[in-house]
Amino acid sequence: MISISMCERLTANTGFHFSSQVGDNLETEFSGFSVPLEHSFEVDDVAKFRVRGALVLKAGREPSVSLSQNQLSEDDRTKLKEVAAVDGLYRIRVPRVFLQADRQTERQMEGYLTAFVRACAMVESHLSDVISLHTDVSGYLIGVSIVTLPGACRGTEVEDEVDLEVFNTTLSIMAPVNAPGPETALFLERMEQESEKKGKNPQEQKSFFAKYWMYIVPLVLFLMMSGAQDQSGGGAGSGAANGGGR
Amino acid sequence: MAKLILLWLKCVVLWATVEAVFEDQVGKFDWRQQYVGKVRFSHFDTHVQSSKKVLVATERNVFAALNTRTGELFWRHVDKTGSEGNIDALLQHGQDAVLVVGNGRLLRSWEINVGGLNWEVVLDSGSFQSACLVGQQDMVKHVAVLKKTAISVHYLSNGHQKWIENLPETETVDYQAVYSDGNGEVYVLGVVPHSHITIVVYSMEDGEIIKQMSVEAPWLSNIQASCVVVGQGMLTCVDSAGVSFYMLDLHLQLQMTQVPLQSLALEVDPGFHPVLLSHQPNLARQPLSEFFLQLGPDHYQLLQLNNGQIAAMRDFKPALLVSFATTGEKTVAAVMSPKNKTACSVNLFSAETGRRLLDTTLIVNMDPNGGKPEKLYVQAFLKKDDSVGYRAMVQTEDHTLTFIQQPGRVMWTREEALSDVVTMEMVDLPLTGTQAELEGEFGKKADGLMSMVMKRLSSQLILLQAWIGHLWKLFYDARKPRSQVKNDVTIENLSRDEFNLQKMMVMVTASGKLFGIDSKTGGILWRHYLDNVPPNAAFKLMVQRTTAHFPHPPQCTLLIKDKDTGLATLHVFNPIFGKKSHVTPPALPQPILQSLMLPLMDQDYAKVLLLVDDQYKVSAFPSTKNVLQQLQEMAASIFFYLVDSSQGRLSGFRLRTDLSTEQIWEVIIPPEVQKIVSVKGKRPNEHVHSQGRVMGDRSVLYKYLNPNLLAVVTESTDLHQERSFIGILLIDGVTGRIIHEAVQRKARGPVHVVHSENWVVYEYWSTKSRRNEFSVIELYEGMELYNSTVFSSLDRPHAPQVLQQSYIFPSSISTMEATLTEKGITSRHLLIGLPSGGILSLPKMFLDPRRPEIVSEQSREENLIPYAPELLIRTEWFINYNQTVSRVRGIYTAPSGLESTCLVVAYGLDIYQTRVYPSKQFDVLKDDYDYMLISSVLFALFFATMISKRLAEVKLLNRAWR
Repeated sequence: MISISMCERLTANTGFHFSSQVGDNLETEFSGFSVPLEHSFEVDDVAKFRVRGALVLKAGREPSVSLSQNQLSEDDRTKLKEVAAVDGLYRIRVPRVFLQADRQTERQMEGYLTAFVRACAMVESHLSDVISLHTDVSGYLIGVSIVTLPGACRGTEVEDEVDLEVFNTTLSIMAPVNAPGPETALFLERMEQESEKKGKNPQEQKSFFAKYWMYIVPLVLFLMMSGAQDQSGGGAGSGAANGGGR
Repeated sequence: MAKLILLWLKCVVLWATVEAVFEDQVGKFDWRQQYVGKVRFSHFDTHVQSSKKVLVATERNVFAALNTRTGELFWRHVDKTGSEGNIDALLQHGQDAVLVVGNGRLLRSWEINVGGLNWEVVLDSGSFQSACLVGQQDMVKHVAVLKKTAISVHYLSNGHQKWIENLPETETVDYQAVYSDGNGEVYVLGVVPHSHITIVVYSMEDGEIIKQMSVEAPWLSNIQASCVVVGQGMLTCVDSAGVSFYMLDLHLQLQMTQVPLQSLALEVDPGFHPVLLSHQPNLARQPLSEFFLQLGPDHYQLLQLNNGQIAAMRDFKPALLVSFATTGEKTVAAVMSPKNKTACSVNLFSAETGRRLLDTTLIVNMDPNGGKPEKLYVQAFLKKDDSVGYRAMVQTEDHTLTFIQQPGRVMWTREEALSDVVTMEMVDLPLTGTQAELEGEFGKKADGLMSMVMKRLSSQLILLQAWIGHLWKLFYDARKPRSQVKNDVTIENLSRDEFNLQKMMVMVTASGKLFGIDSKTGGILWRHYLDNVPPNAAFKLMVQRTTAHFPHPPQCTLLIKDKDTGLATLHVFNPIFGKKSHVTPPALPQPILQSLMLPLMDQDYAKVLLLVDDQYKVSAFPSTKNVLQQLQEMAASIFFYLVDSSQGRLSGFRLRTDLSTEQIWEVIIPPEVQKIVSVKGKRPNEHVHSQGRVMGDRSVLYKYLNPNLLAVVTESTDLHQERSFIGILLIDGVTGRIIHEAVQRKARGPVHVVHSENWVVYEYWSTKSRRNEFSVIELYEGMELYNSTVFSSLDRPHAPQVLQQSYIFPSSISTMEATLTEKGITSRHLLIGLPSGGILSLPKMFLDPRRPEIVSEQSREENLIPYAPELLIRTEWFINYNQTVSRVRGIYTAPSGLESTCLVVAYGLDIYQTRVYPSKQFDVLKDDYDYMLISSVLFALFFATMISKRLAEVKLLNRAWR
């Protein structure tokens, strides 16, 4: 249990969450810059990306991200349902960016990062998706992932068109976690504590016989009384006791 | 402190299972084979007439002495890999062998009887050119080493440098050869390509230049390739076009005399570079005046130099190989010529006269599954009647050494290709004939009740007969002493044993030779040389059909890919017999990017192999209608990924019904910052028995068992010790979702990774603390399972919990693998190959991120070992006790029929096979199990109950009477 909490502590240190609901992130910061978030869902599964919203990324020591996105149009809603019916894919993509660069020209790089979910999962979750952007150590965006909540396709029909209008997106940007090294300091500290405890508690220092003489002496006496002629029985008895102690 | 450590150690001892080998178990379940590699230099030990040694220096930087009677190693010295340990020259004189190692870095002298080091000296820097022994007045006392800019002479007795001199005009002259014929002078031969030869003569005494001179030679570019010294110091060269001989007397050094080859009625094959071969039987004297000229790939000419005149002595055509050998005062030339398709013959000729010696024919049978002969080494000896006898060692293209005695008896063969195993698989052996008969009964269609009954009866009879035979054999063997009982395994009597512990090891070597090795004895059962393998090929071996589908033969497919062009070929074969399958593999005109085995089978039970070419088109093998139909049905659920490490691109694809593909995800790791060094998935044949771990409070922590998970390891491009790091990414191979991303700061490769179940273990070098460290990542779903029936990457919205812990490891490692068992019930161990040659079996229990720092009641309940930062190497964890495995390159693990037992093969320069029992042999009765005692106790109890029952009855009766 201890190690789990330790790990949670670690992730809390490094995962930087900035959840946003649609509409409430109009306050874009000056240092931030925006890149398009695009999506594609086609019946024939040939990707045609269109703008879904704008990601506003804020660089710095603790990068953050927010998203403003439009509602799905009437056409898109029907199309998404059609794609879901044929078990097509709902794809998203973001351009590769370098968060730590100062100038806009350096930020953008060639190529896109793509991810997908099944379109039916998108429909059945009523457009509730979780998008995470992953950066590497130096601040390059290296991957994007999307999952829906709930994630399963159960074939339930979405009757209400209103459910498919507004995206309910949870967005986060994740930097790599620092992997722990061997914990020597803590271990040594603990060893010292224990040795101190030992030093304080002279009870521990007593030898085996000193500690258990009250059991051993009657046992030996008993064995001697019960007809064994010599000490060998006692010796064996204490040997057995020894073995049991391990 | 010490006491605490002791206490802790005791604790460790209590938890860990003890699994050392008992003395009487040595060699019972394990074997080791030692190899040396492809031979570069070889000398027979001739200083004693009855010597049984042959010295070999190999391309794998090994220097060894082989027993010529048995082919076993007398001793072996394994040097560093790479150019640092490269053996540049081997010179032998009497009991001493002098080696130049590491491009002229070291000069070593070995005592050849026991293989002890006489001395070693470090030479001045400079690229090595040539070396020779220098004799004076019939005594060889010095060795001369020629480097690019200097020549040095060392005493043979202690390695001390006698003198060193810088060579003149090193900017223009390329010094290439050194020669001495025992007259107190050392000749250094250099060349200015296409201009002239420079000869510098040094005095042996003090290194003074006696003479220096240059001779016009505009046709010459490389002395070692086209010149030899023959007879009384006559430098004889042949130009590369093969038009003329050029001769120069090194003592007089006037001018080169040109002798056109045509004047000797010789003609070089068009396009062939002629080669000269001379022989210096005694290093303190002059070389022979007879020499060979190779005129074509299978054409040799024996020539003689007589008073400055070259005379042709004998023409050998066809002749594959020639070699000189000396015994006593006699020198002979051995010539190997093809006899028929499967055999060659070797004949001896007198060097002085060129006449054939009688009764010296030796027949060399060529393995049809082997390569062509490449080198011939001849050991000549004088018989009692003073005639010359000989034995021949033939090296073939497939790195096989064969030692042959007259008239053609093979004394031993060594398969040196096995020193470089690239990949391997273990295949179950087939059932015996009777078992197969029984199996076949169920496979056939029913035809009438009566005949079925008859068939059943007959097969039962056969079984009974086999069983009685087996019993009889057991009884018969039991009477013989143990050492005499030998069951020789041959390819005919191969059959699966009761617990499937004996398997066929299919090994693929870098030279392109395939081997089938019996895992129980280590005997080579079949070999097959593929002669069209490019030198830098990558191999992937796949088992398409196991032996479980009688009567269909098992089938393995080897994908051979040229690393430069990407073009690939398939070799389909039967892994039990090594025969090429009659199934014709598809031609692959396009470079192949990825290959994947699907769990789908065609109607003949062969698994489907998908090959993705550089146009992202997919082809299937086998590609029958049935397969294509299945593929169409399954297409939506077939995903694969490609890794382009040069661009840092990981991309996922999905198969379409028309066998085209579409890209569905992409992750790009900028190669400027870090580069991908390895991508590891899980093994497809791995079983996980338990879904979770029971915690101290009786709740269950469920494992995150994603079969599609990939562990991607990256290394930083910045190698500065403060800024270098190692990145670990866990990516779902289907959705491209990054499950976990971690960096190990101040760390450097090489990284070794094992990925299995719900954990990833990796080892790296910590630049901060300058030590090797292990780290373990475990993934858990949490206290409840999202979907307990089936795992789908597409439907796992919650990220797993990630736990990680690191440890200090006191040694660097060469390779790492995890044990594998049939059902996955047995606890796991990590098998770690150490550079010292040990194979360590480290319980996974010690690499558990849940090891608590502070011991609590619950962690004790869970049997967790308290955290300690250092992992200790305990000597009883070495599974190979004193059987050192040199240069371990890979460890292969395979499950056996017994759940407790895992078969292990470690390969590198050596091959070592053994069994490990990670949880001890819980399903096997011990060897010394007392059957007598248990059965007598049972019988006694049985009779006791009978008697007491009777007594009780009597007593009851008596009471009733009362």
